[in-house]
Amino acid sequence: MMVRGMDSNRQSERRQAPRNQLPGHLERRRNDFRVRKAPQKIYQRVRGYLSNHRDVALLSLTRLLGTPAASLMTWSVIAIALALPAGLYVFLQNAQQLSSDWDRTAQISVYTSLGLAPEKSLALSKSLKTRPDIKEVQYISPEQALSEFRSLSGFGEALEYLSENPLPAVIVVYPQTTQGSVAATEVLLEDLRAMPEVDQAELDIKWVKRLYGLMALGQRAVMILGVVLSLAVLLVIGNTVRLAIESRRAEIVVVKLVGGTDGFVRRPFLYTGIWYGIGGGVLAWVMINLVLFWLYRPVAELVSSYSSGFTLAGLDLSATLILLCLSAALGWMGAWIAVGRHLSDIEPG
Amino acid sequence: MITFDRVSKRYESGHDALNQVTFDLADGEMAFMTGHSGAGKSTLLKLIMLMDRCTRGQVVVSGQNLTRIKRRQIPYYRRNIGLVFQDHQLLFDRTVFDNVALPLVIAGAQPRDIGRRVRAALDKVGLLKKEKLNPMALSGGEQQRVGIARAVVNKPALLLADEPTGNLDPKLSSEIMQLFEHFNQVGVTVLVATHDLSLIARLNHRILTLSKGRLINDGTRYG
Repeated sequence: MMVRGMDSNRQSERRQAPRNQLPGHLERRRNDFRVRKAPQKIYQRVRGYLSNHRDVALLSLTRLLGTPAASLMTWSVIAIALALPAGLYVFLQNAQQLSSDWDRTAQISVYTSLGLAPEKSLALSKSLKTRPDIKEVQYISPEQALSEFRSLSGFGEALEYLSENPLPAVIVVYPQTTQGSVAATEVLLEDLRAMPEVDQAELDIKWVKRLYGLMALGQRAVMILGVVLSLAVLLVIGNTVRLAIESRRAEIVVVKLVGGTDGFVRRPFLYTGIWYGIGGGVLAWVMINLVLFWLYRPVAELVSSYSSGFTLAGLDLSATLILLCLSAALGWMGAWIAVGRHLSDIEPG
Repeated sequence: MITFDRVSKRYESGHDALNQVTFDLADGEMAFMTGHSGAGKSTLLKLIMLMDRCTRGQVVVSGQNLTRIKRRQIPYYRRNIGLVFQDHQLLFDRTVFDNVALPLVIAGAQPRDIGRRVRAALDKVGLLKKEKLNPMALSGGEQQRVGIARAVVNKPALLLADEPTGNLDPKLSSEIMQLFEHFNQVGVTVLVATHDLSLIARLNHRILTLSKGRLINDGTRYG
């Protein structure tokens, strides 16, 4: 009965309401209580969702830029942690390029059997030249070898006493090498050794092989360093985001009380983490390039003295993209860890 | 709108904050809830807001039995209720407009609607001209009115207020109460927890009186 009385009251009130109170927008009572998302058209929901993400992303970036000194500190820590493995990676890439240059200079000295007739060894040299895995051969007759030996070794006098030439014909084989084709060269070497006319074949590439071994080790080191320092980045970002959560405790409570979902509360912190990550990644990229710039001249001078075509390579586009995506992902993950641990602690009440 | 059926709340410390409380608040009704501090007013509001769950009995709000609402549904449930705090709980890192817009942003409203509805709410509490200010720049009474605008911007069916005039002088307090009455007159169910007895004595509404967790009086007068 009382409600009925109020109803008529309400009617008269509505008639009397001054125009500037915009009755339609506020004064319509909504009777339906919902415990689910309000029904919305898909495109509206997507658009609202995207625009919220954009706003939140911009807002968290603005907040980071609002405290430039503190943010720069965090970014630098992350950048150093990322620049170490990334820089080592760049170093290895360059070493690989350099060693592939050396790889091409690999040669196999094939010593023919001592008793082999000169025309037979010449024929062998010609037939070797037709193999697809051989680029070039150089035939050194026993006489040439002897005279070379005589002039280079200093045993010239002693050699006079020999009744016959003790040296075999040597065929210097230049393998058809593409980058990192040590294995193919090894196969060629085995083939040559198996030939009946061949006494011995030596590959002057052992040290290149060792270098490759070292570089494989270096790659492992980059991986380990990368994993360990990524963990460090996760912890740094997690801790920074935890502090951000603490400082926004009041806001989180209010947001939860006016119906903010966990996702809504989480979102700005996840974006904060992503921005920390990306900022650190960009700064790491800058650091690496500064160091490369600083090394460019001395490396160029050193290389030119070896008359090699080598140039110092930096991070290419795909490596840069990977660095940035990885740092963003690390930031996001670090924030997730912090948010998961601390956000549920903050409940209104 | 709100039904409490023999509701008890015992905290882990063993303190009984509410004891067998039963009452019914009709759709469109306005009521005050009063009692000394520690009588259970805040606990009762917390149960309605699902900030806490009762240990015995049933709370039903607009046909929803609150014991059946899952944790994940709570945010959506809360969007139906406007809540006004004693200390207004405004966020000082954003403008008045953004404070009031918060519930709409959370609910994923369209930007066009947000502007329209925020201005309607601010107009309602007489602060339309202050939308661009930081709430820090407002007086205590104005801050509380911003808090009220934020509570009603979502057009809630139910408006709860926890000591909304606790920090205000009598004149401002009665203005705030007039605002609540105004929302009630247009159909919003209003429940105001207060211990400002002289103020509510002048207003002709139902008064629920709590003492030590029990509902000791339910009528239009205190006592």
